Amino acid sequence: MTSMEAPTRNATVLLVDDDDDFLFQHKALLERAGFSVTTAGSLREAEATEERPDVAVLDLMMENADDGFVLSYRLKKRFPGLPIIVVTAVTSETGMMFDPTSPQERAWVSADKVLSKPIRFEQLLSEIERLLGATESR
Amino acid sequence: MEMLRVLIVDDEPGIRLAVSRVLNGLTVLTGETLESRVGFNVETAENGKEALDAVERAEPDILLLDVKLPEVSGTDVLRQLTERRVDTVTVMITAYATLDTVIEATKLGAYDFLPKPFTPDELRVAVRRAVKHLMVRRQARRLAEEKRQVRFQFISVLGHELKAPLAAVEGYLQILKDGSAGSDPKVFAHIIDRVLARTGGMRKLIDDLLNLTRIESGRKKRDLVDLDVREVAAIAIEDAAAAAHDRGIELHLHAPPSVPMLADRGELENILNNLISNAVKYNRDDGRVDVFIGAEDGAVRIAVKDTGIGLAPDEVARLFQEFVRIKSERTRAVSGTGLGLSIVKKVAQLYGGDVTVDSQAGVGITFTVLLPVPVPAPVPVAAEDR
Repeated sequence: MTSMEAPTRNATVLLVDDDDDFLFQHKALLERAGFSVTTAGSLREAEATEERPDVAVLDLMMENADDGFVLSYRLKKRFPGLPIIVVTAVTSETGMMFDPTSPQERAWVSADKVLSKPIRFEQLLSEIERLLGATESR
Repeated sequence: MEMLRVLIVDDEPGIRLAVSRVLNGLTVLTGETLESRVGFNVETAENGKEALDAVERAEPDILLLDVKLPEVSGTDVLRQLTERRVDTVTVMITAYATLDTVIEATKLGAYDFLPKPFTPDELRVAVRRAVKHLMVRRQARRLAEEKRQVRFQFISVLGHELKAPLAAVEGYLQILKDGSAGSDPKVFAHIIDRVLARTGGMRKLIDDLLNLTRIESGRKKRDLVDLDVREVAAIAIEDAAAAAHDRGIELHLHAPPSVPMLADRGELENILNNLISNAVKYNRDDGRVDVFIGAEDGAVRIAVKDTGIGLAPDEVARLFQEFVRIKSERTRAVSGTGLGLSIVKKVAQLYGGDVTVDSQAGVGITFTVLLPVPVPAPVPVAAEDR
């Protein structure tokens, strides 16, 4: 096995963003980290996904400003227990913060984690691993 | 009804009482409607110190200030208020206004003078004038604040628009560096194309921005020459042909053999290039773009019609705002600076013209630019020439 060959993790990440560059780059990064990656460029495309992913990473603002949250809610309904990370540039642009661990916000933000764009890949990776670990140990 | 705070400072109890009575019963219209009436809450002070204390507690909108007060004089009060940057419209009450007093008080920011003794009517006139001044000043301040806000928003959005392509390019460099891009030449080719597209987009944004700034500042050098609008349109269509061809979109020019106009070539190119490239970008595959050029009633008419996704009425309303790009699932892959239509509109305005939009969601859009042609000065005809 050469060093270029990716380790396999047997986990599929659903990556949803309306920015094709973001999708391409993060698909490459996640694949190199050993994940299988399914991408979707919109809420609708993401909803057409048939197989249950192991974790989903959703952009917040796509066609509508809250598509990420809407999709998160719907995916959680369809795939109960699916860990979801929402990524957004809204905090760096407006200062608006989301904290899905607070009880008030849990009421309407059904994601497990909200990360601010620009995201560091290492941070995304460790969040994904943390959430996957949490589901496995359940 | 809005209540304005009036502070009357005079050492004569009779004056304080009289002014309070007159103003308590007074309302002033500041606009066209009855809702724009204002009334007055009157406070009084009998010397300079009390006046400063009262101002300290709450700044009055209007200050009626006697010049001659025991200890701290009216002018001294005014001076202190100016130093403290108290924002109020001041009317000086004077029994004997020497020229020196008037000059000094005016320098200190007094707005008006009311000579003692005054009748209730004279007081009302002075207060109405002060209210009017106050309203104008508030309005001016509001406009200045709005302007600041707009500028701030523009810069925030601009920052975002410039950072986005940089982030994309950095992302690609990163995956090349750490090996995530693999070794497939096709993947490399894709990455290179994307990097070029994003840097190209950034360059276009900067060009558009400079262009827009030049037009707005009125410093743009204009070179008005006799040119043929048909010819400029034909070149613009040629420029868009490659992008159109890739997606099976047909481009058609409908114009008389020549449409002469006195215009700046670069400006006309701006209009035509922006409209035609939009019509291609936002079209459906295998659609068509029709460009109509015509001269009518002292104006050149440029219309660009597409068979694209069209817009809803609320989207049309936002279309000409800077950096507005209507987001939808179908336009997400379309690149653009969000400044093109702003430029088209501003250029059209340079000619005293305008842009109109006719859109039906799902059917397509027609943008029409009407550029009034200056009426040529009548050429004097000498009698012997005939």
